[in-house]
Amino acid sequence: MYLSLSDWRGRKSETRATAPPFKLAPVILALGVTSLLTDISSESVAAVLPLYITASLGLSTIAYGFVDGIYQGISSSVRIAAGWTADRTGSQKWIAFAGYGLSALARMALLVADGFGSLAAVIAVDRVGKGIRTAPRDALIRFAAQPEHIGRSFGVHRMLDTVGAALGPVLAFVILLVIPNGYRVVFIASLAFAVIGVAVLGLFVPNERRRHPATAREPRPGWRDVNTPAMRRLLLVAGALGLLTVGDGFLYLVLQSRTSFAAEWFPLLYVGTNVAYLLLAIPMGRLADRWGRTRVFIAGHGALLAAYVSAVLPWAGLPATLATLALLGAFYAATDGVLAALAGLLSPQRAAASGIAAAQTVVAVARLISSTGFGLLWYAVGGAPALWIMAAGLVLVLPLAVLLLRAAQGAGVQTAAQSVP
Amino acid sequence: MKYRTRAFVLIAVVIALGGAGGYGAWAYARYLTQSRAPSEVSVAPSAAAGPVIFFRNTASGQGQGMVAAVPAHDPKAPRTLTSQACDRVDATAGRRICLRTRIGLDSTTEELILDADWHIVRTRTLAGLPSRARLSADGRFAASTVFVSGHAYSGSFSTATEISATDGESFGNLENYSITIPGTSLTPQERNVWGVTFAKDGDTFYATVGSSDRNWLVRGSVGQRTLTAIHAGVECPSLSPDGTRIAFKIKSSDPNQQQVRLLAVLDLKTDQVTTLGENRNVDDQAEWLDDASVLYGLARGAPIGDSDIWVLPADGAGKPSLFIEHAWSPSVVSGVRS
Repeated sequence: MYLSLSDWRGRKSETRATAPPFKLAPVILALGVTSLLTDISSESVAAVLPLYITASLGLSTIAYGFVDGIYQGISSSVRIAAGWTADRTGSQKWIAFAGYGLSALARMALLVADGFGSLAAVIAVDRVGKGIRTAPRDALIRFAAQPEHIGRSFGVHRMLDTVGAALGPVLAFVILLVIPNGYRVVFIASLAFAVIGVAVLGLFVPNERRRHPATAREPRPGWRDVNTPAMRRLLLVAGALGLLTVGDGFLYLVLQSRTSFAAEWFPLLYVGTNVAYLLLAIPMGRLADRWGRTRVFIAGHGALLAAYVSAVLPWAGLPATLATLALLGAFYAATDGVLAALAGLLSPQRAAASGIAAAQTVVAVARLISSTGFGLLWYAVGGAPALWIMAAGLVLVLPLAVLLLRAAQGAGVQTAAQSVP
Repeated sequence: MKYRTRAFVLIAVVIALGGAGGYGAWAYARYLTQSRAPSEVSVAPSAAAGPVIFFRNTASGQGQGMVAAVPAHDPKAPRTLTSQACDRVDATAGRRICLRTRIGLDSTTEELILDADWHIVRTRTLAGLPSRARLSADGRFAASTVFVSGHAYSGSFSTATEISATDGESFGNLENYSITIPGTSLTPQERNVWGVTFAKDGDTFYATVGSSDRNWLVRGSVGQRTLTAIHAGVECPSLSPDGTRIAFKIKSSDPNQQQVRLLAVLDLKTDQVTTLGENRNVDDQAEWLDDASVLYGLARGAPIGDSDIWVLPADGAGKPSLFIEHAWSPSVVSGVRS
């Protein structure tokens, strides 16, 4: 009965009374460590890639723009296919392994890539790997987590993941500081972390589904498992909110234009967001388990709304910048892992990876559309007014989202109850 | 079973980190030896009199990355090294501009304005990576273009170009100037400006506006804060000393080579474009040696970061020839005070 949106209201005390104490599953720890190592690997390369391409390979600005586009865009395109394959074969672990492995292979290829074409191909392969691994990995977390503590479990994973994302650029920076032009050293260090990450996944994570083989009677997973009323509502809400989610970069640009502090520290603003995210990932997950996952998901978008307002309010300066970054971090902490948890809970176990992949893809595509649209809006009316418009959109959509997700509650109980093994 | 698993992971960790650490140590040792070794090119202790060409010395060994100079009439002569490190350099008789990468968690560009003796006049930090640097002939104005690259979280890519007075304030990002392109409206992504070149009247300059797909040569005015398109398909303009022609990068006409940029010259009076005799992809803003020929850098391929400066007749006849080996970012200075 815990496996649903049913904690939206009412059942708190009952849940708390019967909830077993939190115990982190070794599988989730292993997946978190794998993500940490892989993020060190990918973010260390991402941090030096512009420098490497423009300063050392001598590719033109335009070539870099193209490579960057590949970097941003590709991964969501393969995500649904990978989630569906993982469910069909029941091999979440090995699909995730293939994704991590592909990215590690791309790190090897990076060592010999010496021109525009080969570099673009290597980056594309790396992003395909990321697209493949995300949904099966989140499905594994969903399987391994105690149902009462699923938000917290995702929080632990996202916290480790973000620690890796914060350490990667530091590693690259230290290497380049000691060895100027030491790009190859950065790439080899990145490869080393990728290989260790893959080894941890391969050796420490069992394939959960193989341990609980599906009974002959259980139907094969299909789109009908994802295409449920509750899931449709979640996707609708996540997509609508995604359309109102302005990319961090744009928020930083608004801050930069308004405060001298933000202008000076512009390149490091993302670090502030990351720190807030990693500090809040577990608390937000716990809150989601106690207070309700949909509530926290909605409240996270409330934090996003507050971040917009804080970025454009006339109280410029250091507090405005810090508050905006903290709110942005809170938004990620309250929505990223929680969305995966919600999608995983709303899908029957046999279709968990597909459900998670569907939710993540909807959000990714919606945010891509939002970024393009916001860019147009920015040049039409200016940065701050554009942000006010998005804030107004959130004010309108958030109450609708609450209503929709409340309505999803009943259906959610039903779907989830059927899937309890 | 459990112990075996742990042993395997331990082995993987030892091999991976050991290998990476070992490679790092080897690379560091090699860097130390190379940077202490004598330069791989011949170096002269003091500069000859007369016009010179300043450039970034990319030869390995001592002085790598430093600004160097050779006589303009004898570019193959041994080079003199300065102690100023620059990724991009441009010089006039009395002023120099130097863009330098500052490695950090997110790397930035340090823009230095220096006097004729390489003493710093002012510095400031630009968010992005060094791309182009130019001074006006009288040394009053400086223009810097940086790549602003998206972080994984922050998304988009662009260039940012600023013109500033060498003795004072910046006139702001050129994309905020009033841009006029007859018959076209720019998308936000196309609101990109790069590659400034100054005319001699103390106000007019030329630059590129657009993206890789569509771009325009614009004539700009520092005082009016305007950019007006005068020709399509022009990247990285460079005005000839006599002010009549623009050398620039043009997209290859071969549809299979859309990433390749060739050198061409536009006659500002007749609007006629002449593609020059360089078939290799050029990623540099050309520099006029005199009214008859242009200089530009080409990467050597290996080791990364090394390049040569080539010279090419500006009339479309003739082939490129090697001008200065192990060099980048040439700047021709006719009247050096020393």
